[in-house]
Amino acid sequence: MDSEVSTRVSVKGYIRLPKGSQPPSLYEPYRATIKRAPLKPLIILPHTLSEITGPIFGHEKVREKDNDLTSQHAGEPIGERIIVHGRVLDSNGRPIPNALIEIWQANSAGRYRHIKEQHPAPLDPNFSGAGRTLTDERGAYRFITIKPGSYPWLNHYNAWRPEHIHFSVFGMAFLTRLVTQMYFPGDPLFTYDPIFQSIPDEKARQRLISKFDLENTQPDWARAYKFDIVLRGPEATPFES
Amino acid sequence: MRADTDLVPTPSQTVGPYFRIELTTQEHCVKCVPGPQAKGERMWITFRVLDGNRAPVNDAMLEIWQADANGKYKHPDDLQPKQLDPGWIGFGRIATGEDGSCVLETIRPGPVGNGAPQAPHLTVAVFARGLLKQLYTRVYFAGEAANDKDPVLQLIPPERRDTLLARPDPARPGYWLFDVILQGDRETVFFDV
Repeated sequence: MDSEVSTRVSVKGYIRLPKGSQPPSLYEPYRATIKRAPLKPLIILPHTLSEITGPIFGHEKVREKDNDLTSQHAGEPIGERIIVHGRVLDSNGRPIPNALIEIWQANSAGRYRHIKEQHPAPLDPNFSGAGRTLTDERGAYRFITIKPGSYPWLNHYNAWRPEHIHFSVFGMAFLTRLVTQMYFPGDPLFTYDPIFQSIPDEKARQRLISKFDLENTQPDWARAYKFDIVLRGPEATPFES
Repeated sequence: MRADTDLVPTPSQTVGPYFRIELTTQEHCVKCVPGPQAKGERMWITFRVLDGNRAPVNDAMLEIWQADANGKYKHPDDLQPKQLDPGWIGFGRIATGEDGSCVLETIRPGPVGNGAPQAPHLTVAVFARGLLKQLYTRVYFAGEAANDKDPVLQLIPPERRDTLLARPDPARPGYWLFDVILQGDRETVFFDV
């Protein structure tokens, strides 16, 4: 082997995101983007070790009951108990085990337990609205929570967010990092919500809507919603960096 | 693979204004990237996030990923023949305060790669209300000789490169300053990764 080449390090690149599958930085109907979106062109970065590596978390980050948002207090929270579950896969269809998933959400009245929250809806003393879990060897995860309420926000006159749960996901690489929101099927607010509508492709928007899942619904206890998450996967051929 | 999931990556959505109830609680934010025992030149970086009006962004979250003092990442895909600092993680996560700033403790990382090494740098992901997807940038260090040959800095128009240079804080030894300017004349360079 050529000695110069042998000192180089093989880097496994990741697939690029298909056009239209992700929101743009600037989407004027979502007003907060107007002064925060970068306007100069992004520099296209060939993947190096700095992008294809990333933090991998272990079980020390998660306690046993962290995925049950209904059991964090003395009493049960008010609202419809639900199961939210799914799998984390890469775009090659491979399950991603040990992916850290963190969620946060409003309570059933549409109120977040946050100091800057202004919506005059009641806090629920039995609901913090935050949880975390790691995917298992099949890439599967499961949360128990209550269905979040819709709430008004200041983006435009009479603006209401569709019901949603915030998701934060770490995969294998820092470039596969994903923060997103999971929605519920049939929400009448989709049409009016600029955050949801910021994603150009209709098919891509549908990927954020969980599916009602009767098969995993537990009789007399909780309805289930399924939400699979796909992270960017490695390209077929490694290259030299 | 289930038939009802296609294999296109899930779209990003903004982290919104309420991420603090999970991501940066006292328990889950990470203000010290290397941990207390790591080898290397200890430093503190004061980040300031500003919008297109130069107003402080008081609801941003920064995540940092970096190599140890030898330029080794804690990751199975880092195949460099280097020893990892025991106990090294290299991840940080912090929210900005009312003035748009936050301080992160770390060490100066080593150069990454062997053939054409990258100059010491931190990778930064910026999240905020109004950012529909995270922005990626890098922190390099002013005065570092290796910057001139860094393959990533060479991709950037010369007049914009200094937006990625942290500078020593004249007021405090060991402290460095780095502004993340989301938009405008002195807009920070962000990467399409």
